[in-house]
Amino acid sequence: MRVVRWLVGAAVIGVLAYLNFFVFRAPLLVKLVNVILFSALLVLYRVVRGPSPADRVIAVDILGILVIGVLVLLGLHYDQGFFMDVALIWALLSFVASLAFAKILEGRRLDD
Amino acid sequence: MIRHSIGMAFIWVGIAFDFLGVLGLLRLPDVYNRLQAATKCVTFGSAGLLFGVFVLKGFTSFGFKVLLGIAFIFLTSPIAAHAIARASHRSRIPLCPESVADLYEADHELREEGAHASGQNP
Repeated sequence: MRVVRWLVGAAVIGVLAYLNFFVFRAPLLVKLVNVILFSALLVLYRVVRGPSPADRVIAVDILGILVIGVLVLLGLHYDQGFFMDVALIWALLSFVASLAFAKILEGRRLDD
Repeated sequence: MIRHSIGMAFIWVGIAFDFLGVLGLLRLPDVYNRLQAATKCVTFGSAGLLFGVFVLKGFTSFGFKVLLGIAFIFLTSPIAAHAIARASHRSRIPLCPESVADLYEADHELREEGAHASGQNP
């Protein structure tokens, strides 16, 4: 049963990768951005259905790092520098939000 | 041409690490295991991706911003991960049933017993 589930998952991922890289007509960087956006979709599943609040906090943290990757690749594709500014500010705010969520999760107030 | 190949190789490796880290975040059984897989893989993945973009762009303003982003990710992501792990252990989120030891919990109990004893003795 476990092997069947592994094979089904590998087949689904293989079909999606084939569609993305060999059927879909776009520049290469846009295809790579599609891969990261699919990863972000999987992370959103963990945000919605995390069993505990810590899972949701971890997933939001990882989502911020994935968005940094998307912004850097888009900046490389369009050859514009301001995407990297947005990515830096996103990283700062994601870090502060993770620390604040961790503090609330621990049961302390923000002004301790 | 060589620079383009090296940069694209770093970008491919980074995206592979991103995807595998997210897969670990989905499939592992526990908060702590998920945190380990996701943080290690996604930090290295995004840092590798940013380093590939830096190799592609060279020492321009875009490249320096990308280097700044790498330094920032390497500084902040372990701190956030450590804070989340500590907070989730202190808010009594249980480990998965297959885990064999919880040394942090044992250390915590030992320290509380020591504080209790030293409070009683004098």
